[in-house]
Amino acid sequence: MTAEVDPVTESAMSYVYAVSRAGTPLDEALAGRPGLEGGPLRAVRAGELMALVSSVPSALYGTEGMKAQMEDLGRLEVLARTHHAVVEAAYEHAAVLPMRLATVYLDDERVRGMLGEREPEFTALLDRLNDHVELGVKVYADPREAVTVSSGGPETDTAASPGRAYLQRRRAQQQNHRRTYRAAGAVASEVTARVAGIAAAHVTHRPQQGDLAQAAGENIVNDAYLVHGSQADAFRAALAGLADDTPGVRVEITGPWAPYSFATPPAPGGGGTR
Amino acid sequence: MGASSAASPYGQQQSSANLADILERVLDKGVVIAGDIQINLLDIELLTIKLRLLVASVDKAKEMGIDWWEHDPSLSSRARPGSRTEVPGTPRDGAAVDQVEAENARLRAEIAELRAAVGLPAASAAGAGQDALPGRAEAQDVEGEESK
Repeated sequence: MTAEVDPVTESAMSYVYAVSRAGTPLDEALAGRPGLEGGPLRAVRAGELMALVSSVPSALYGTEGMKAQMEDLGRLEVLARTHHAVVEAAYEHAAVLPMRLATVYLDDERVRGMLGEREPEFTALLDRLNDHVELGVKVYADPREAVTVSSGGPETDTAASPGRAYLQRRRAQQQNHRRTYRAAGAVASEVTARVAGIAAAHVTHRPQQGDLAQAAGENIVNDAYLVHGSQADAFRAALAGLADDTPGVRVEITGPWAPYSFATPPAPGGGGTR
Repeated sequence: MGASSAASPYGQQQSSANLADILERVLDKGVVIAGDIQINLLDIELLTIKLRLLVASVDKAKEMGIDWWEHDPSLSSRARPGSRTEVPGTPRDGAAVDQVEAENARLRAEIAELRAAVGLPAASAAGAGQDALPGRAEAQDVEGEESK
């Protein structure tokens, strides 16, 4: 918000991108590379763990500053992409637990305290996620596309009155709509069935909507699968061509991602989205 | 995208992932620990992701001509003659709706005349003023109501 923030003279805080085991190639691999606001990345170690951290100005990353940044979509995009880029770069060198965006501590000492406190939990998670990647699977239903594919569209009785012809077309549209969504539902169950033996875990995300969901059609399934790195190709192969013969239905695979969606211990009440 | 993402030191070549996929992971997933800075992510999520993007999506959809729901009388009370654009994929639909509405107007006028002829009070939708000049006045009343 306020200009004139000099990151050198201004007090700095420690922004945490990810946590990993100490003593892996990651310890030194990213040191000095730029993080948020251009601040160089560094490793903060405690016990068996290390946190990937960079210094950020308090004025921008305190409670008020952070809130302002996150409500500005342009700034939020920079934050999110930078955070993600650091996590992605880190995860090329070692298994990491990505932190949620905006995990900020007053200083490195506080980061070490957090690592010490969470060590058992974090080491267990890192063991579980080691050598695994996250793959996203999205299923889209697009009734409009289904119409253009199916031959010629609904046949209309030209002799009928305009009202009746209109209703006939509406009915055909609704039938097409229902058919497409039913087909998309069937494709979605097929996805689950085909990767059941390949994926180690599975979570359901909220379907994407809004301006950022740029794809055509409606996103009806937005899932993430935890897959062993050696199985990623098999996973993709299992889903290849799945919806090719289903007009109006599309399957999209994203990733590999750092295991964002699996970095939290499964909630006792079942794996929800929240 | 564009200018704002250029400010990220890693740029976009690093990851071809789209912003929605990234945001849903960095905002909604990842290890949640209480840092020293408390941000209510639920607020942020509602504000930024839900409201702003949802609003944006409607505008975007309109830009692309996907606005049939606004012009479909069975889906929207805002469907009115004059504000119509062509329905993508079903080019003759707009004309057909016009015809339906013309037909409706004719039928309403006819009903009003018949009611007047047999001495029934006007349909409630027509409102007050049913005494003077039944037939035509009635029909105009109904149409006036329609095009508001």
